[in-house]
Amino acid sequence: MTNLLGNLTNSRRSTNPSKSGQAKQPSGVLAKLLSPDVLAPIAVGVLVLLIWEIGVWATGTPPYLLPGPSLVIRTLISEWGTLFPSLMITLQVTIVAFIGAIVSGLAVAILFTQSKWIERSFFPYAVMLQTTPIAAIAPLIILWVRQVVEGDQATFVSLVICAWIVAFFPILSNTTLGLNSADHNLLNLFQLYHANRWQTLRYLRLPSALPYFLGGLRISGGLALIGAVVAEFVAGTGGTRSGIAYQILMASFNLQIPKMFAALLMTTVSGIAIFAILTWLSDFLLRHWHESAIKREN
Amino acid sequence: MTSANVAFTLSNVSKTYSNGTIALQDLNLTVKDGEFVSLLGPSGCGKSTVLRLVAGLGQMSTGQLEWGDAFRHKLAFVFQEAALMPWATVEDNVRLPLKLAGMSKPLVKQAIAEALALVDLQGFEKSYPRELSGGMKMRVSIARSLVTHPDMLLMDEPFGALDEMTRSRLNSDLLNLWQQKLWTVVFVTHNIYEAVYLSNRVVVMAARPGRVVADIPIDAPYPREDNFRTSPLFTSYCRQLSDALAEATQSPAELSTEPRSRYDVVNSIA
Ligand SMILES: Nc1ncnc2c1ncn2[C@@H]1O[C@H](COP(=O)(O)OP(=O)(O)OP(=O)(O)O)[C@@H](O)[C@H]1O
Ligand SMILES: [Mg+2]
Repeated sequence: MTNLLGNLTNSRRSTNPSKSGQAKQPSGVLAKLLSPDVLAPIAVGVLVLLIWEIGVWATGTPPYLLPGPSLVIRTLISEWGTLFPSLMITLQVTIVAFIGAIVSGLAVAILFTQSKWIERSFFPYAVMLQTTPIAAIAPLIILWVRQVVEGDQATFVSLVICAWIVAFFPILSNTTLGLNSADHNLLNLFQLYHANRWQTLRYLRLPSALPYFLGGLRISGGLALIGAVVAEFVAGTGGTRSGIAYQILMASFNLQIPKMFAALLMTTVSGIAIFAILTWLSDFLLRHWHESAIKREN
Repeated sequence: MTSANVAFTLSNVSKTYSNGTIALQDLNLTVKDGEFVSLLGPSGCGKSTVLRLVAGLGQMSTGQLEWGDAFRHKLAFVFQEAALMPWATVEDNVRLPLKLAGMSKPLVKQAIAEALALVDLQGFEKSYPRELSGGMKMRVSIARSLVTHPDMLLMDEPFGALDEMTRSRLNSDLLNLWQQKLWTVVFVTHNIYEAVYLSNRVVVMAARPGRVVADIPIDAPYPREDNFRTSPLFTSYCRQLSDALAEATQSPAELSTEPRSRYDVVNSIA
């Protein structure tokens, strides 16, 4: 009956944004592909490739020094049968390590926010993980893993561990920051309503941390791939389960520079794909509320 | 309605923040059950601090808070900022206190609908906070505070962000509800007219250090109709309060400190 704050705004149901008001962009995908955001970098890329191709052709540079882009593409197609399975192995390492980093990074970050003491005692060691050059400790890790794991699996496991070490820290530090960034007024509100630890974590800290966590993922996704490649460079092992780094290494030993470029290209494109997928995921999860995923409307 | 039972008493309360700011010094305040008390004072005088201490948020440096009856009040707090969860819809924001209390589903739906009706936000259940205006966010925040059926409301400038017309409308609605539900309300404002219109009592505070400088009962019967706002009685109370405020902002402590205090004076007049 009493209408606290009754009929006061003119922005009432008639202009209710809940369903119809959230205007979708008119012609989705096509419009996006034709937007300057996409066209401009493509134009730059095409221009560079053109100059590269013409430059190589005009100066008569031999392919074992610098192959033109067209030769790289042709090599990529002809060598697809050897390169693609290797890439898959590397991506397997990357994905397993990345998932491991996500799970462990999140878990440790949550542990840190439950007790300042745990955070104080363990954070420096997490930093150590980050600052240790992976190329330097990869041989050690491989050596150790060989003591425990048999055969082909040993390489895989050690590569995963190396990639995990590289990918772990950004997720941990970003998520820890995010979990600690919950709005103080909201923390007060939760305290006022006697929320327990679990509720505060579930309903306040985790959602607050989501943008930070996703930012961490975007950094770590690429790092996991780099970690996998670098570690394989160091491991240098062949065998049936050799990854893309092994192909790059062998190609450069044998002066098959076009093949090396093709393998590099595959690695780079994979890295970009990982980043793009994670960016999309981030935008999708944050689309309703976070500034990073919302178009500015003034 | 205003029984003589004490709701709470703050005695000799001081609060010093960790950066050394003395927000409150030797503050004494008693609020009775069912009373509508306004805290009036210049910006930075510690009004929000008082409210937070009463709610048990943060420790007082010295002094104590005593509750009148053995039974704890069911508090609701309306923060100065709307403090909504940006990732949750209006509905989910209002649901929060019930979810935290573990209330069963069917009751929750109805309670949310009622609370949103109270602030006239039906139809906005699925909207996100960023899609609302400042005043609408504040109304969501008020709905969230009412959804638990509290018996004591601590409101920190709940209508500060609203225009004059809206504000006076909300003021009447709040008074009506207060009379129906027998709430105890502690209401922070720096608007003199609002304070006089609403309150049983207006407590005037001064800054640096924050303290009570005047405690003025508003002896006008409820329900207060709109014509109370134009009555001579209303005007005289307003004058009394603005004198008290002016005195509060020109206390010797204020005059001795330089540019910072001048800013506060300007603020309180604005
Ligand atoms: N978290 C904090 N840390 C340090 N100082 C603080 C903190 N919160 C408030 N203060 C200080 O305490 C004093 C009182 O602050 P408070 O927020 O209670 O004022 P207020 O009366 O509510 O002002 P306003 O009307 O502007 O909201 C201010 O001088 C402010 O600088
Ligand atoms: Mg305040």
